[in-house]
Amino acid sequence: MIEITLAFLAQVLRISVPYVLAALGGTFSERGGVINIALEGILLGGAFGAAVITLATGSAWVGVLGGMAVGMLLAALHGVITIWGRADQILSGLAINMLALGATRGGLKVLYGSASNSPRFEGVSSVFEGRAAFLQLLGHPLFWMAAGLVILAYLLLFRSGFGLALRAAGDGPRALDGAGLSVDGYRFAGVLLSGALGGLAGTWLVTEQHSFTDGMSNGRGYIALAAMIVGKWHPYKVALACLLFGAAETLQIRVSAEWIPTQFLQMLPYLVTLVVLAGWIGRAHPPRHLGEPYDRSGARS
Amino acid sequence: MTGSMPRTPGSPRTPRNPETPGTPGAPKNRATTLMNSKTLRRRLRVAAPVLLSVSLGLALGGIIAALLQVSPLDFYGQLWSGTVGSSFGWGQVLYRATPLIFCGLSVAFAFQARLFNIGAEGQMAVGGLAMAAVGAVAPSAGPIALILALGAGALAGGIWGGIPGVLKARTGSHEVIVTILLNFIAFAVVNYLLVRGLALPETVRTAEIVESAHLFRLSDFVPAFRGAPVNAALFLALLCAVALAAWLRFTPWGLSLQILGEGPGAARYAGLPVGRLTAFAMSGAGALAGLGGASFVLGFKHYFEEGFTGGAGFLGIAVALLARNRALAVIPSAIFFGALSYGGFVVNRTVPREVLDVLQAVILILFIVFEARRTAGEGRT
Repeated sequence: MIEITLAFLAQVLRISVPYVLAALGGTFSERGGVINIALEGILLGGAFGAAVITLATGSAWVGVLGGMAVGMLLAALHGVITIWGRADQILSGLAINMLALGATRGGLKVLYGSASNSPRFEGVSSVFEGRAAFLQLLGHPLFWMAAGLVILAYLLLFRSGFGLALRAAGDGPRALDGAGLSVDGYRFAGVLLSGALGGLAGTWLVTEQHSFTDGMSNGRGYIALAAMIVGKWHPYKVALACLLFGAAETLQIRVSAEWIPTQFLQMLPYLVTLVVLAGWIGRAHPPRHLGEPYDRSGARS
Repeated sequence: MTGSMPRTPGSPRTPRNPETPGTPGAPKNRATTLMNSKTLRRRLRVAAPVLLSVSLGLALGGIIAALLQVSPLDFYGQLWSGTVGSSFGWGQVLYRATPLIFCGLSVAFAFQARLFNIGAEGQMAVGGLAMAAVGAVAPSAGPIALILALGAGALAGGIWGGIPGVLKARTGSHEVIVTILLNFIAFAVVNYLLVRGLALPETVRTAEIVESAHLFRLSDFVPAFRGAPVNAALFLALLCAVALAAWLRFTPWGLSLQILGEGPGAARYAGLPVGRLTAFAMSGAGALAGLGGASFVLGFKHYFEEGFTGGAGFLGIAVALLARNRALAVIPSAIFFGALSYGGFVVNRTVPREVLDVLQAVILILFIVFEARRTAGEGRT
């Protein structure tokens, strides 16, 4: 019995890791005032980057860096479009998602001559490879990285000067500007962080699967955004929401369809988010100036 | 994400008058802006983002082709002759443009009230399933089955689209995130209904609709279209575009939507029922997207198949954007994106067809940046 429970727990955690990483990324971006729907594409691009770099260099850890780099590249694009170009953040995110989906699919064909998946590779592996599922997870460096990043994200956001300034960029940019700090600069930093974290989330996906498959982000970026809302843009609560969503997904795999329709579990995260958004259980307050480009002159109201 | 309304720069109704920059309290009346807009300079400035993003995007496509060791001239030659260079190509392009017109109109309709419908994909899926389910059991006397099927599609899409409208009116939750969530919920619900009875055993498709619910193929009358799936749903889409353009312009409801688009404050001042209008705008958008399945379900395959929407709902956002949310401009915009979408299959033997997907994304990115520049330039005081 205990073995089944531990295996279940391990699966919940494993499924939650990419959600946690991506949702933390979304938190940094949105705390700074930039909506990041591009997270879905960043995840996908990060996964592709990690796979390609690992296969090219043969080094799993260089692959991790590659995944983060591609994530940051896409995030930087989002930043340039929305912060420098002042274009609509939602549209930019959607366009980047289209771009990532097309580019990774095309990249698979060009690089590996396959429409569906990359060659297999060994990514970063657990110290306890081949042991029981729970032990294997506990020995995985990327798992500990993700866990540590939750705490680090909290400290960075709420216990550091950088976090204070970043939150001000989203909540009261005029005050930040008044203090002589660059609103756009902090926003860009928040977006870049979301790229690194989203890229790492994608890296986890390919590491688990040992290959890149077409469209493998499969809506996870959007689930992460939902978790960010349910977790009210707070790292600990966001991580908790991700675990909840991860548990729902695990049940979906493990529970028989007669007992409860899998489709219901599948839509559960979205339903929960809907209920939270509607304010039926604890209203979610986004950063006040989320979605608005900052204009120093104040000409645009 | 429940914060501010997304202000898409692509609005035709820039309140400030570009001819008289700096005039405080310049007329915000739409008609005035339109009349003054009839100068060449202004038109060029308005057209520039479209022209620039499309030509730069296509240029980039040439560069990608060259990088893949395919001559850009060959690439575009192939693309041209395979799509709009032949009548079969036109038939394919128009078939792909049909749902894009519906989804583009859907997004444009909601945007009249400055509501952002990201949910066309889910609305189209729900509508398509309802269409197929009703079309399969409807009595086949005269056009009844066809009317019932179309009505079911519009109704299901309208209800699905209405949810975010009602939620926004009642609770203030932002329609962007709600429509995104509802897309995923729609896919799950559709899958559930398919598995629990609507699908044929061991498949993800429904039974065939009755024959009297079929929309005729254009190739039945124009032999040159032979083999291409373009069908009468195209006429329905065109009709919707024209009707919507007229409706927005000449009816009080259409005008009310646009007043709401100027902001809830303006609408309340005008004594309009803001909540009801919001719900109406979203469910109207949903109904249009719900009809988007007509081309596939009633005109091509004659059944619903899971995943048939294929991203048309999302591409509809790009279609509406490039059309600047004008109903009639949605038509050429949809044909353009339809050509790029089908173009992927045409060039697939020489370059991966995803090049065309990348191209669409790049054009979209360039357009929103240029458009933001333009509106910022006009808004400068």
